[in-house]
Amino acid sequence: MSGFLDILVQLFRQPSILVALIALVGLSLQKKGPSDMMKGTIKTFVGFLVLSAGASVVTDSLTPFGTMFTDVFHVQGVVPNNEAIVGPVLLEYGTTSALIFFFGMVLNVVFARLTRFKYIYLSGHVALYQSAMIAVILMVAGMSQWEAIFWGALAEALITTVSPAVVQPFMRKVTGNDDVALGHTGGFGIALSGWVARASRGNPEHSTEHINVPKSLGFVRDSTIVVMLSMGLIFLVVALIAGPTYVTENISDGQNYVIWALMSAGQFAAGVFIILAGVRVILAEIVPAFKGISERLVPNAKPALDVPITFTFAPNAVMIGFLSSLVAGLVGMAIMGVARTTIIIPGIVAHFMTGGASGVIGNAQGGRRGAILGAFANGLFITIVPLLLLGVLGDIGTANATFGDSDYGVIGLYLGYLGQFGGKWLIAAGIAVATVALFVISILMDRRSATSRSVANVESAGVSAGS
Amino acid sequence: MKFMAMCSSGLGSSFMVQMNIEKALKTIGAEGVEVDHADLGSVSPAEADMFFVGRDLENSVSAFNNVKILNSIIDQDELVDKVREACDELGIDHSA
Repeated sequence: MSGFLDILVQLFRQPSILVALIALVGLSLQKKGPSDMMKGTIKTFVGFLVLSAGASVVTDSLTPFGTMFTDVFHVQGVVPNNEAIVGPVLLEYGTTSALIFFFGMVLNVVFARLTRFKYIYLSGHVALYQSAMIAVILMVAGMSQWEAIFWGALAEALITTVSPAVVQPFMRKVTGNDDVALGHTGGFGIALSGWVARASRGNPEHSTEHINVPKSLGFVRDSTIVVMLSMGLIFLVVALIAGPTYVTENISDGQNYVIWALMSAGQFAAGVFIILAGVRVILAEIVPAFKGISERLVPNAKPALDVPITFTFAPNAVMIGFLSSLVAGLVGMAIMGVARTTIIIPGIVAHFMTGGASGVIGNAQGGRRGAILGAFANGLFITIVPLLLLGVLGDIGTANATFGDSDYGVIGLYLGYLGQFGGKWLIAAGIAVATVALFVISILMDRRSATSRSVANVESAGVSAGS
Repeated sequence: MKFMAMCSSGLGSSFMVQMNIEKALKTIGAEGVEVDHADLGSVSPAEADMFFVGRDLENSVSAFNNVKILNSIIDQDELVDKVREACDELGIDHSA
């Protein structure tokens, strides 16, 4: 019997098998036929192994880069790229991450059902990455695997419910309705953009869409190309500063330093490409099931979708927001260089995705000025956050890549700092308090909108009586 | 027949469009169409019979003849119209 149990434990320790089982649950909930169920389960199993393979490709390209960066600048250089970090994290914390992800989705539906925040977080990829980060922070703070899964799922559900809610007032300005929400780990940075744009008092009439933005910038849309170009530039600059002899003697085993830089950047882009393919396969069976169930269980559910849903509303604002956010990232990097801290190299993908959405949100709120200033604020935010986050990620924090969006910082630093001050039980208390707060805020907001509605009714009744 | 939704990383928004295309196909009563999603970088025009992208990506798919540009990727009514158009062009039977 104990032999059987042992095999069972061994099975569940394999995140690939666990994720395949979650997919199997998803497929049976969608009432798929046996052949579809088998296909989907096997694809998910292999998809996770594809992701693991990509993780080692990315790590292999980044390790020599980290060594070189430290030798040249005497500080650590970190690339915030969610795919590049989530691969290695899932190798180490895969089972915990997968279960936090799964139960986090379940609890997200529960919260949407019970509170006024009806946001169903459908961006499975970032939810998976965020679950992985939460797993790391809770395990580093000393939680056992089961404690981490329980509290982590609760924390994941909280942030995936709150983040769309924070952006929603600004999303309404963009989409003109209240039917869809933004579900992305850049949520808090994008909301910050909205607040800054509102404070800037820019005129929404002076829209970015009246400007002629060169079409040649369109290549930043293709994530493989933009990762290759940006990493190529970064590798090349650092290799040039390090000098040809340093590279050939210490890093590249005799290979020419320019060729080495190009090959390493290409390897990084290839690794990200592989991880993306793995993530795509993993989510293909899980997200539709989640969507179907939540639509049935939550009346008036609002799907919270990935950032590009905002891009069609103001394509120029996307470009302007990206550039403004990137400039903020470069400014932040310069400041870190002067301050001799670990250097956060601007992650182009993060600046494009969240900076672009910040531009659209800022533009709807405060026109060109709003788009530029809002996205700039987002850019600073996503430069500072990864730096602070490194301190709470344990060994993962000393890797050469990290999580790059604002929400990772909001939930990560909340949990991480609680852990540093009071250990795992203070984290648990912090999550419990936040959960209670969510319900209390929901009830208070319900009351306030009920009173304002009844006041409006009285007023309109008064008007009609007066006329 | 195969329809394909695309976005820059092929993870989030193209996946949503894929699910909405599947819904639209049901709405118009078309059958036998496989739907998938992908990123811009890894797909060639031959891999599907019709592609769907948001208008912000119009310039990235200039090599594609078989593509429908969506003014908004969250407008289901527009998507139903475009899916119906695609079915008509490709000779796929539909009942509505």
